[in-house]
Amino acid sequence: MVTDVMTSEHSPPARGATRRPTRTYRVRREQVAGWLFVLPALLIYAVFVLVPLLLTVGYSFVRWNGIGPMTWVGLKNYQTVLEVPDLIGTVFNAFWLVVWFSAIPVALGLIVAQVIHRVAMGPLGAVARTVLFLPQVIPLVAAGIIWGWLLSLTGLVNELLRAIGLGPFTRAWLGDFDTALSAVGIIGVWVLLGFCTVLLLTGMSKIDEALYESARIDGAGWLSEFVAVTVPLLRYEIGVCLTVTMIAALAAFDIVYVATGGGPGNATAVPGIQIYVLAFSQRQIGLASALAVLLMALVIVVILPVQRLSRENP
Amino acid sequence: MRHWQLSSAAFALLIALVLSACGTQAPSTATGGSNAPAASTPATEAPAASTPATEAPAASTPATEAPTCGTEPVTLNAYFETGFDLPFKLSEEFSRQYPNVTWDIKQDQFTNLINATPRLLSGDNPPDLIRLPTLATIARDGLLKNLDPYAAAFGWDGWPVPQLNQARVAEDGTRGSGSLYAMGLNYSLTGIFYNKQLAAQIGMTEPPGTLAEFEELLARAKEAGLLPIMQWGSAKSGMGLAFPLQGLMASLGPVEPINDWIFQKPGATIDTPTNLEAAQHLQQWISSGYFPPDINSIEYTDAAARFTEGEGVFTFNGDWQNAGYDAGMAGNVGFFLMPPVDANGSPVAMSAPLTYGIAANAKHADCAAFFLNWVATDPAAREINVTVGGSNPGGPADAPIPSVAAGSVTNDTLAAGAVIGAAGTSMDFIANATSSIFAQGWTPELQKMVGGRQDAAGLLKAVQEQYERELSQ
Repeated sequence: MVTDVMTSEHSPPARGATRRPTRTYRVRREQVAGWLFVLPALLIYAVFVLVPLLLTVGYSFVRWNGIGPMTWVGLKNYQTVLEVPDLIGTVFNAFWLVVWFSAIPVALGLIVAQVIHRVAMGPLGAVARTVLFLPQVIPLVAAGIIWGWLLSLTGLVNELLRAIGLGPFTRAWLGDFDTALSAVGIIGVWVLLGFCTVLLLTGMSKIDEALYESARIDGAGWLSEFVAVTVPLLRYEIGVCLTVTMIAALAAFDIVYVATGGGPGNATAVPGIQIYVLAFSQRQIGLASALAVLLMALVIVVILPVQRLSRENP
Repeated sequence: MRHWQLSSAAFALLIALVLSACGTQAPSTATGGSNAPAASTPATEAPAASTPATEAPAASTPATEAPTCGTEPVTLNAYFETGFDLPFKLSEEFSRQYPNVTWDIKQDQFTNLINATPRLLSGDNPPDLIRLPTLATIARDGLLKNLDPYAAAFGWDGWPVPQLNQARVAEDGTRGSGSLYAMGLNYSLTGIFYNKQLAAQIGMTEPPGTLAEFEELLARAKEAGLLPIMQWGSAKSGMGLAFPLQGLMASLGPVEPINDWIFQKPGATIDTPTNLEAAQHLQQWISSGYFPPDINSIEYTDAAARFTEGEGVFTFNGDWQNAGYDAGMAGNVGFFLMPPVDANGSPVAMSAPLTYGIAANAKHADCAAFFLNWVATDPAAREINVTVGGSNPGGPADAPIPSVAAGSVTNDTLAAGAVIGAAGTSMDFIANATSSIFAQGWTPELQKMVGGRQDAAGLLKAVQEQYERELSQ
């Protein structure tokens, strides 16, 4: 196969092949080999990501129950998504989750990583990192059940509140309209804090100590060091954290599904849950696809500025 | 570049979510499914291996040569619901009696089964027997075998009418009449279970005869510092307040309009004056603190466990929970039907068949149909049905009901079933009207009512809108 490619390479020289054909020849050959290595992954990507993506866009223009005949309805599915309050309302819930899933874990992660990096890089730091990262390893379904117990009316959280004299504030956190979404958010903080901390900690260990030294010589305190050196140099890591966690918030499904299933009422319903219900329970594949496409557009709109910011030179 | 891959990979997960259901069945299957389940089609596929369908005998005279499982080895491909022993125990007994039949049983959770059923039925290896939570849409799509020829061959048509009605789908897609697409392994009954000790504490000597008497008992329980009604209500379990609500609807108004709505009869509405009255009663029960304050986060299993442990004087549930209550609070649990408004009226109940169907392209449809007939008619099967399942096994009107251990609450529910059968006041469950009326209509709206964000009129209006939106799709 490789020889075939090589023989075909003898025909007209490619662009840029001016002075040293042998070198170009080697580069081309490496390029072809490179593509061959990428090909299996590319095929899988195409079959499992690109094709479904295009199909979803296609389905969003039809009315289909998944089995019977399809009917072309044009943009009607999109119109329905934007008109039905229960559908479009889920997007607002998703944005509230961005605060909990993204802003808090990244901010808290910066502080925790800084503390671990400065105070406890030894065995204590390893223990702290492990404990914080554990939620990424525990199956979320099990975690959801445990959080359900913790936050129930007779759960540990309410027991603690009663113990310190805050009895009047006890409630079924996941079953109360005012607190359910934030309670889900706290579970999100628990899940995503470890991920952000570990990523930021790795970034911090790459920062040249000399920078801190020169800052200290210039009279910088702990805080100014953090603001002037650490945060700007972690720009890329923070960008990755924000990207991953914001997508986790906007496209949230698993955490919400295991914690509340979208209830009470529609207080914790997010687009991911609605897409699932529309597609599998109501069998409205078209409507579900339209919501999915809108969600994708939303994610892109939100993530693009983050990408831009994190890539600019400091 | 890397970031883009990250975001698109995350999105791909979402897409996969939407598409994993439909990816396997390309439109080619869809065109096959678009052929409406014409009543005549199944007749040409002879139900009996030996007798052609055209000679299917009339309902009154059961077939001399009804389909059987034959003598050759047969492996029935079955899908059961996780967590319920009954079908597994029945399949074991069946293989004991018919050793040539073995089983290939897969099982899944109820909610997963609802979502997976269309794919399983249209797949390469369609099940011979499958638990069907809802059947109107899949019957309309031609995925289920029309059981009319079997009904004629086995004489099911002669059984008491309400048994089979709920499994009938007409050509226009409405349920309640038309061709038969499923059979019940048994026929469950819902009503009110009570904790005998706590009931005695509030002076209840016999079950209430009217709605007013029942509400008086609820008030007395509240005054005595007891929880009047234990009920579940989380979105994951589905809102348990739908049980008392439907009980109130049927107590305060006629049963037929409710069934019409469930069966999707044209023009049917849930937003009627008597239903409004029922929803107002429920709202008053909620505001009086008759239910646990954290009901919106209580799961079904937790509610059953907490009632068993003595929390709550009453609980609305079905006879499928009999074995659980008997085990947890032996001798201390009783059952009565939702009482009527008027002392001369009849009690009412939700009663639904535990429906099992046969895939349109099932390999061993005859044997599966024979099994369904056996479950309802064989004495050993009926015995298992009552002791394990807790519900009425149905079958011919004159078939004896197997005896039950003294002291079991199953005695109460079976007796209540006879009352309902005689009065003809059974209904299907309002949560079964469409495939997602429970998850998208009743559950969120009733949860809002608990949270003080929805009133009785708004509840019915919102559910009716969801119902019409689904039917229009």
